Amino acid sequence: MVPLSYYLLLSGFLFACGVLGFLIKRNIITIFMSIELMLNGVNLSFVAFAAHWHVLAGQIFVFFVMVVAAAEAAVGLAIIIAVYRTRETLNVDQVNLLKL
Amino acid sequence: MNPMLNLWLIPILPLAGAAINGFLGKKSSRQAVTTIALFFSAAAFAMALWVAMRFSSLSLPYHEYLAHWIRSGSFSVDFEFYLDQLSLVMLLVVSGVGFLIHIYSVGYMWDDPSYYRFFTYLNLFMFFMLTLILAGNYLQMFIGWEGVGLASYLLIGFWFTKDSAASAGKKAFIVNRIGDFGFLIALFLIIKHFGSLNFDRVFQSVLPLGAETATAGLLTAIGILLMVGAAGKSAQIPLYVWLPDAMEGPTPVSALIHAATMVTAGVYMVSRSHMIFERAPMALTVVAIIGTLTAFFAATIGITQTDIKKVLAYSTVSQLGYMFMACGVGAFSAGIFHLMTHAFFKGLLFLAAGSVIHAVGGEQDMRKMGGLRTKIPWTFWTMTAGTLAIAGIPGLAGFFSKDEILWRAYEASWVYWLVGLVTAFVTSFYMFRLWFMTFFGEYRGEAESGHGGLSAHDAHGAHGHGGIHESPRVMVIPLVILAILSVVGGYVGVPGSLGGSNHFDKFLGPVFHAGAPAGVQNAVGEKSASEQETEGPEPKTGASTELLFTGISVLAALLGFTLAWQLYYRNPQLPAKIAASMQGAYQALAHKYYVDEFYGAFLVKPLIEGSTRILWQGVDRKIIDAAVNDAGDGARHLSDEARHMQSGNIRSYAGWIAAGSAVVIAFMVWMAVSR
Amino acid sequence: MGGAVNLLAQRHPINSALSLIAVMAALAGEYLLLGAEFVAAVQVIVYAGAVMVLFVFVIMLLNAGEEEETKGSRVALLLGVPGVLIGSVLVAWVVLRSSGTETVPIGALPGPPTEIAQLLFHDFLLPFEVTSVLILIAIMGAVVLATKPDAAERKAN
Repeated sequence: MVPLSYYLLLSGFLFACGVLGFLIKRNIITIFMSIELMLNGVNLSFVAFAAHWHVLAGQIFVFFVMVVAAAEAAVGLAIIIAVYRTRETLNVDQVNLLKL
Repeated sequence: MNPMLNLWLIPILPLAGAAINGFLGKKSSRQAVTTIALFFSAAAFAMALWVAMRFSSLSLPYHEYLAHWIRSGSFSVDFEFYLDQLSLVMLLVVSGVGFLIHIYSVGYMWDDPSYYRFFTYLNLFMFFMLTLILAGNYLQMFIGWEGVGLASYLLIGFWFTKDSAASAGKKAFIVNRIGDFGFLIALFLIIKHFGSLNFDRVFQSVLPLGAETATAGLLTAIGILLMVGAAGKSAQIPLYVWLPDAMEGPTPVSALIHAATMVTAGVYMVSRSHMIFERAPMALTVVAIIGTLTAFFAATIGITQTDIKKVLAYSTVSQLGYMFMACGVGAFSAGIFHLMTHAFFKGLLFLAAGSVIHAVGGEQDMRKMGGLRTKIPWTFWTMTAGTLAIAGIPGLAGFFSKDEILWRAYEASWVYWLVGLVTAFVTSFYMFRLWFMTFFGEYRGEAESGHGGLSAHDAHGAHGHGGIHESPRVMVIPLVILAILSVVGGYVGVPGSLGGSNHFDKFLGPVFHAGAPAGVQNAVGEKSASEQETEGPEPKTGASTELLFTGISVLAALLGFTLAWQLYYRNPQLPAKIAASMQGAYQALAHKYYVDEFYGAFLVKPLIEGSTRILWQGVDRKIIDAAVNDAGDGARHLSDEARHMQSGNIRSYAGWIAAGSAVVIAFMVWMAVSR
Repeated sequence: MGGAVNLLAQRHPINSALSLIAVMAALAGEYLLLGAEFVAAVQVIVYAGAVMVLFVFVIMLLNAGEEEETKGSRVALLLGVPGVLIGSVLVAWVVLRSSGTETVPIGALPGPPTEIAQLLFHDFLLPFEVTSVLILIAIMGAVVLATKPDAAERKAN
């Protein structure tokens, strides 16, 4: 008998960690991983709500989120590889050619 | 119902002439320009005569409505014309004298390279002046008022390549403007309190009002402000300073505008507004005092002037002072009478002076003239007629008009009369001084042998003189006509005491006597109501007293003649000795009481300084320019700061997003919570 | 939670990847507790099994090393971190206020995969198909992006 709010808090915590990682980390791959962490946190809250309201659609949505996350991870990593080839670095601070 | 007189044609005809000459004149021959100009001004005069002939069959006042103009709420002003005895007199004087001067100018300006431009401006002036006279409301009169000011500026600065002429034109326009400011405020007051500018409506509203005696009220304010405008236009104290400088213009201009017509616009306006003035005794007193003071003041300056045109200019200021003195004591018809005779003899004097200047090849300094009476006889005799007229010698026009003014002034206060009398003496003196210096004695100038550098003042340098000679017929004929008018023009106003029946006064009677306020008869200056009841109406106390005064003024005139004769004919060295012994007074007069210098130091200079320092450097540069520049700079700086947001650094973008989303979350929470 | 924090704390990306795997495993356990067996299975198989493997693979490929200290963006730290903290605190507060002590029983979700399949292929058919197209596009994109440039030229020729 776990209160719903616990699940939600955990989800929020995971999400917050993800954002913090995004802000703090300098390695681009680590940043990507924090994005995955965010997505996971969100998934958890979806499932928790689905369970709370006895609706199945929440799970389905989680399914789709995962699919998209997987696709995005694939493409993102491909981009990272391409960037690495040209810039020779994985440090996000050095990929700032769009600077004004 | 009145037949349609098509009064609007009278101003429009000269306008057409101005337009034709203005646009086509440059390429046309002199003869063509002359024909156009003379034709249209003659047409205006002919129409004026035709109107005069039909005058007795009209029911007055005659109104002619031309077109809508302003319709704003309950206020409306239209283009309309108005004819009564007063405007008829002015109309005939202006169009007649104007036409004569047009003829004269043909001869005078023949050698000028900008011949067509002169006649364009001259016709334009006629248009505006006629609009002023025939206007049916104050606003249309103001159009004419401003327009003649414009024409005056254009004509004074006709030889605009000459610095002094350009400055004189500017000065005239600006000083005029100051007067116009007062006029405008008066118009605003009239609009506010009477709701209209139409003469009939305004005067109907004013009719039932009583005289403002004890306290200065609305009508006094309007009256004084109108007088400010008149002082500007008609060169009275303190706004007369432009008129002597206006002599930079060609002499026909001086004759037409600054003697016969434009400067009389102020007198006309005051007379037209007589109903307002009659109910504001304080304003009338102001008018009278200004007029009297100016008359005396200007006459004294005229004694020491050496330029022939300047003497006549100050004389004009002085004579205008007489006209205002007349209006100020309520003798409006006397003022208009003097206006008419003055147009004749002053116009004549100026034209004759122009003839003299033409004869001696451009010289205007009287000290270099002399002995011309045998060489230019026609000019001499006509100028003599003018001089006698202005001095008030019995039998000529000036005598009757000036005398009537002095008489009516006496009825108001002996002070006015005395000052007027002394001024008459001074007038006679300086006019005969001019006469003697110019025409008698030995010739002191250089024009006998070829020219040299004498063409400073006129367009006559390229004349090829060969000595002093009489002016061509086209210039002499107007002189003769004006001389005749100066002699006989006064007979319409012979007063009862001398056996006449003063047709003039009777003619203008319906205009001026119609609207006298209750309790004030003939609106004499400063008497209180109780005094008037005991004294009763007193237009002419007694014929014998009037004759006495007439005799005194003739004496004054003769005294002036004698003094001039002594000083400038018998003992020509005497004036210099007198001047030397009264250095202070002489210098003051010769420098026109330093009024121009005073204005320059206390008005002009501070204004220019203020404009430069405050308005230009302070406001224009520091505030307005700075605002614009700083707006641009500020935008640039702002964007300079803002562009740092686009750092290309992913983490900073993420940071902004996180912060922004925190704000949004906070907002949503707050919205939810505060429900 | 520990895994999440560890992800942040580690300097070497491989360590972060491993802690992420730990997080996912833990989440799978949570899903099981909630009765979402299917999701838990998918989580382990897809996420932990495929995605993370991909991550580890790329880390190894690019020989990512320990993080260097470079000058980052001040803005991110100054603005972003407080922003995140404030946002999460607010959300937490709302959550705590509104949900109170409602509980979720263990294994609450109706579970049999047949029902899920029913939903998936009837009501959510369109998104299903679209995601399959999405995966296709992702595959193609990844292949194109990751190819070596000269290899791409050779392929084009």
